[in-house]
Amino acid sequence: MIAQNVTFWILAAAMVLAAIGVVRSQNVVHAALYLVVVLAGSAAQFILLAAEFVAWVQVLIYIGAVIILFLFGIMLTRAPMRSDTDLDNDQRWPAAVVSLFLLGVLSTLLIQAFGDKEIDISGGHGAELLAQGRAGSLAESIFAAYVVPFELVSMLLLAALVGAVVIARRD
Amino acid sequence: MVLNQFLVLAAALFCIGIYGVLARRNGVLVLMSVELMLNAVNLNLIAFSAYLREVSGQVFALFVITIAAAEVGVGLAIVLLIYRNLHSPDLDRVDELKG
Repeated sequence: MIAQNVTFWILAAAMVLAAIGVVRSQNVVHAALYLVVVLAGSAAQFILLAAEFVAWVQVLIYIGAVIILFLFGIMLTRAPMRSDTDLDNDQRWPAAVVSLFLLGVLSTLLIQAFGDKEIDISGGHGAELLAQGRAGSLAESIFAAYVVPFELVSMLLLAALVGAVVIARRD
Repeated sequence: MVLNQFLVLAAALFCIGIYGVLARRNGVLVLMSVELMLNAVNLNLIAFSAYLREVSGQVFALFVITIAAAEVGVGLAIVLLIYRNLHSPDLDRVDELKG
């Protein structure tokens, strides 16, 4: 129990700091690399929550594919590789107020709603949770209960692929 | 582990993402902030999946990951088009519909 909590807090601190780096960094490439830290940290949190398959999908899709896409986007829009101060607009303070206000509201609400409810990983419950996160149990759920949304998502991916090609192509 | 520690972490990441969406000018950086917010939602889904011992949360997290990938593809294509037409990835310059 204590080991999990220590791991959680180390990961959480790294994730929050890296997330602030994503939104505050004055270098676009550094922001993308900070995003890698956040995404890897959240994959580690998924493993902590015994969601093994989702964690590896997160590493493959987000860190493997999405970040590469971002780096290509940065290169194609020829963003300045050096640091500059032109990446932010002039609504920094209103944005900070809005996000801090929302954070206050959300955390008050969450603490009132869920108090100190525990995720039970003691004894046999931990093994049960691990079995739930395996690829087999997820596949059973995807291809039985959620087979229609799954097919819809594949159609959506196809549409997004064609759409991206059509939008980005030079006529 | 307390359920709330995951939920509050996710809320913090979501709010940082909102700050990024509001305060960034570069289109690619706005998309990165949107990714932060989607990722916070995934963390919520997985935490509830572990708390309720229900596998659907993880299935929905997989759907969110897929749709986020599609969103980045289309979003970057749009930013590329903006760059090609305005010679700058700044979203503030996209104001032709402004009266």
